[in-house]
Amino acid sequence: MHAIIIEVPSVLATTLGGNRKLEAHIPTGASIGSLLDDLGEAYPLFARRVRDERGQVRRFVNIFIDHDNIRALQGLDTVLLPGSTVMIMQSVAGG
Amino acid sequence: MENTENTVLAIGTKKGLWLARSNNRTDWSLQGPFFTTLEVPSVAIDTRGGRTRVFAGVNDWHWGPTVVHSDDLGANWSESEQGAVKFPADTDTALGRVWHIRPDTAERPDVIWAGCEPISIFKSTDGGENFTLNRGLWDHPHRSEWGAGFGGAAAHSIVPNAADSNIIHVAMSTGGVYRTNDGGDSWEPKNKGIGADFFPDPEPEFGQCVHRITADAQNPDRLYAQNHGGVYRTDNAGDQWVSIAGGLPADFGFVFLAHPRTAGTVWTIPLKGAEERNPVGGRLSVYRSKDAGESWEEQHEGLPEPDYNAVLRDAAAVDDHPDSVGVYFGTRGGEVFASNDEGEHFVTVASRLPDVLSIRAAVVVGV
Repeated sequence: MHAIIIEVPSVLATTLGGNRKLEAHIPTGASIGSLLDDLGEAYPLFARRVRDERGQVRRFVNIFIDHDNIRALQGLDTVLLPGSTVMIMQSVAGG
Repeated sequence: MENTENTVLAIGTKKGLWLARSNNRTDWSLQGPFFTTLEVPSVAIDTRGGRTRVFAGVNDWHWGPTVVHSDDLGANWSESEQGAVKFPADTDTALGRVWHIRPDTAERPDVIWAGCEPISIFKSTDGGENFTLNRGLWDHPHRSEWGAGFGGAAAHSIVPNAADSNIIHVAMSTGGVYRTNDGGDSWEPKNKGIGADFFPDPEPEFGQCVHRITADAQNPDRLYAQNHGGVYRTDNAGDQWVSIAGGLPADFGFVFLAHPRTAGTVWTIPLKGAEERNPVGGRLSVYRSKDAGESWEEQHEGLPEPDYNAVLRDAAAVDDHPDSVGVYFGTRGGEVFASNDEGEHFVTVASRLPDVLSIRAAVVVGV
């Protein structure tokens, strides 16, 4: 097991128990996808905001691991390293 | 005569939801916005079962679509943690938007319907807490041939039959009208007589871009359709449609309203053609028929001129006032109008809101 940090924008904090920043302990080799699965068990509304029914990250949601967008890595299969910071952010979209 | 009853108007816009209240339907107070910056393409006010529940289909471009409801006229909102409307895993589909929320009849107070994008309908039997995908329509063999209108591909009109819960009509863009006689297990296209001038075959079995259907107040086999080019009526539950566009300044439009009690009384708001989609000559008017579309009269008093803003599909409603039914609509220019005398005179409820996408009204007692 090792620790990672999750950071979310204020608009998502209410869905994550009021937290904008959370420390999670995950098995070695766990992916961002499995982390989101676990978080979804405890915080289903949070999970629904970030991913759709198919489990895909919503189009205008970006997930960064230590400043790298997972879409440029291995997507939801990207492995989280000890001490990683996961930042979930809304993309530039709207009008 | 107006009394202590309040009429409540739910106004969904491109950026937020407002509630308006009035005890005379002339002077309105506006509350909101709720869900600021979020799109609200569908609203409903359900006064059945001894409570008033306001629903809103809210679409967050970042964090996804959801359905929320309030039992205290907006003081508090709640939503199902798991998502009230969601596609089952085996469909490999994600909800795009809730276009239409439709409480069933008074005899079925726990039943609520949702018309959604992609083309689908969902049914709730617990007052709107949880919805289930209708598999009969989802698995329909025509699905691969249904298309998308400019706003997307959605089922946007759901008309439960007041006399027989097994009969439901649905309209979609594009696909046309479908009817089930077995409670939703199977569906048949019911578009005979409805035009589709954007196809080589001008009257296909299905594929029409029907913009709205609604049922007559007294005859469940009589329905009306505002089409993408054409206004129609059926007297046999959709087996055959006939044109009732004669007397209207244009046969294009999005809305169609029926009086909740009086047979044959209906309203539409014509727009000029598919290309322009705004009031004909800048004259924004409602047209009422008292004879099921055989003739029409313009209702324009109190409406601004000129006005070149369209009225979208769900952005018009009638209330259920016992004395004189109210007529309401909002424009893409962010103005909302109300009539407390069945369209004879209109007053302005709100101005300079974002584009109005959805409106519903109801008389609420004791608030």
